[in-house]
Amino acid sequence: MLEAQGLRKSYGSRVVVDDLSLQVGAGEIVGLLGPNGAGKSTTVAMLCGLVVAERGSVFVGSGNDRLALGVDAQAAKRRIGVVPQELSIYENLGAAANLELFGALYGLAGTLLKERVAAALALVGLADRASEKPQAFSGGMKRRLNIAAALVHDPDVLIFDEPTVGVDPQSRNAIFDNLETLRERGKALLYTTHYMEEAERLCSRVVIMDHGRVVASDTLAGLYRRLPAVETLELEIDGIADLAALVRETPATRPVQDGTRLHVGVADLGGAAPALLAWLAARGHAVHRISSGRADLEDVFLSLTGRQLRD
Amino acid sequence: MHLTALRALVRKDLVLYFSNRRALVMSIAAPIVIAAFFGSIFGGSGQTGPARIPVALADRDASALSRALAASVAADPAFSLEQLDEAGAIERARQGKVRAAVVLPPGFGQQVSAALVAGGTKPIVSVHYDPSQASAMPLVEGMLARHVMQALGATLAGSGAGAPPASAFGLPFTTRAVASTAKVDVPYNGYAHAFAGMGVQFILFMGIEVGVGVLLARRQGLWKRLRAAPLSRSLLLGSHIVSGAITALVLLAIIYAAAIGLFHVRIDGSVAGFVAVAIAFALLTSSFGLLIAAIGKTPEATRGLAIFATLVLVMLGGAWVPSFVFPPWLQTASLVVPTRWAVDGLDAMTWRGLGIEAAVAPTLVLLGFAALFTAIAIWRFEWEEPRS
Repeated sequence: MLEAQGLRKSYGSRVVVDDLSLQVGAGEIVGLLGPNGAGKSTTVAMLCGLVVAERGSVFVGSGNDRLALGVDAQAAKRRIGVVPQELSIYENLGAAANLELFGALYGLAGTLLKERVAAALALVGLADRASEKPQAFSGGMKRRLNIAAALVHDPDVLIFDEPTVGVDPQSRNAIFDNLETLRERGKALLYTTHYMEEAERLCSRVVIMDHGRVVASDTLAGLYRRLPAVETLELEIDGIADLAALVRETPATRPVQDGTRLHVGVADLGGAAPALLAWLAARGHAVHRISSGRADLEDVFLSLTGRQLRD
Repeated sequence: MHLTALRALVRKDLVLYFSNRRALVMSIAAPIVIAAFFGSIFGGSGQTGPARIPVALADRDASALSRALAASVAADPAFSLEQLDEAGAIERARQGKVRAAVVLPPGFGQQVSAALVAGGTKPIVSVHYDPSQASAMPLVEGMLARHVMQALGATLAGSGAGAPPASAFGLPFTTRAVASTAKVDVPYNGYAHAFAGMGVQFILFMGIEVGVGVLLARRQGLWKRLRAAPLSRSLLLGSHIVSGAITALVLLAIIYAAAIGLFHVRIDGSVAGFVAVAIAFALLTSSFGLLIAAIGKTPEATRGLAIFATLVLVMLGGAWVPSFVFPPWLQTASLVVPTRWAVDGLDAMTWRGLGIEAAVAPTLVLLGFAALFTAIAIWRFEWEEPRS
């Protein structure tokens, strides 16, 4: 439904996006993940036609219905809905009036426009606030209206650029529900974020970017398979453990000790935990607390780049 | 501790203020430019001579005395004389090109001499003056009296006549002041020029808001959403020109409705010409807004700079003080300022009562500036989003 092939963009001598390719199919949410400055926003801008790529192409649709953004920009744009990171709505226009404006920009008029506006407002739970101006809305409601503005022309592809920035948990959940509804309706959704938990909840596939390049593109399960350990153990111990010996003599991987807290990765929790505890006891390290967890996308990013996602 | 905090706070304010170069330049440039403007209007530094007062003279008498009078006025460094026929001289006053048009009636020379020597009937000299420049009228009357008496003295001396009688201490002619307004018996309305000037100024301020609105839309991401829509660049920019021009026209209509309804300003010239000038000025306003959007960086800094630019434009355009009080060089120089043409065009179609032909030049010049501003705006407009 949405496909990018070999996109490249530079500003002066600085290459911001290099050889980026990705695909988003119908009924799929693909996460575009990366730290600030990774090139996510420039990628989104190229996918929306806001920035012209130096190299590469963007396609919308499939089969005979496939349109190249660089060739038939107007027709391709009609099939894309963009939710910018900023609140891109007119605060002094009513909620419905905002959507009528944005619908009209896509050629909608008359009864069809009214119906689409009503449907978009209903989807984001603002049907009863249609005549009110956004300046009276909460931050979460504005965010939902910001999303509705991208839906009113019923696009096949939706691109969300960090749509939950500054949103309270309740509104965030409401937005997630909206996105899942759209996925069920067969829309192709590209979702950029640097919140791993959002990508883990919503996305069936994740494209991870760093320094303008794709460092991984896979399903969540596929990404986790790249990790040497998918489980983690955190222990509070006495003394400083010999980490090199720990790796040699136990199934633990990537050990990090911060004061009394020892963090390790393990492939098999059931087998590794007793062995680790026994090793610590044999070395005289009393264990005061132990907790386990699963590796997340933060660990994936760390594993792939050696850097924290939020660096 | 208080002193340390005070010093830190003061230092912070100074660093913030002086690091904002645009604000700093504005604070320095604005008073210098405006002071220089008013200083030059009200006498300058005194290193240049006084400005010559433009006057037209129609000599219907063509006598030795009237020719001597014309030569005397022409030699006067205080005046700049144009000799024309009666209709031409009056038209020059009506157009505001001269402060006054003096019409010497047939028989002037003979009647003046007779009035001076024998107390005969005094001839009536018509002085058609530009009512927006009425302050010049006493100067012209004084000039006329002095030069008539000089010419008369020389003529009488040349003819061997004796000293004038006691009755000669009165002027041997009378003047009839005629305001050169659009229609006979329609008095000049001083509000007309004021409404033209202030209308131009505040509608240009609206134009600034058009430009700043685009910059704000950019900042808020609205521009991104608009650009993501299947719209051409010309449609996006064109919509701002159209909406800005409509707003400007509506504002101008309301301002002139108030002027007409409350202050009895009249469109005594061509209504079609007035509409043409108004439309051209409205397009100039919206293209000015677009230019601001194209060259501006942040809304805050751009607004300050644009207000300053607008004040300079309206100042040079004669919106604050009529351009006739400008020094001659500035009167010429200000012709390259579009606001001068807007104010003059509106003046011409209202109280000056000129025909549509007088609207052609202001309309074309304003449209030319609008096209220039639009071309620069399109050239300089940053279409791509700033890099992230």
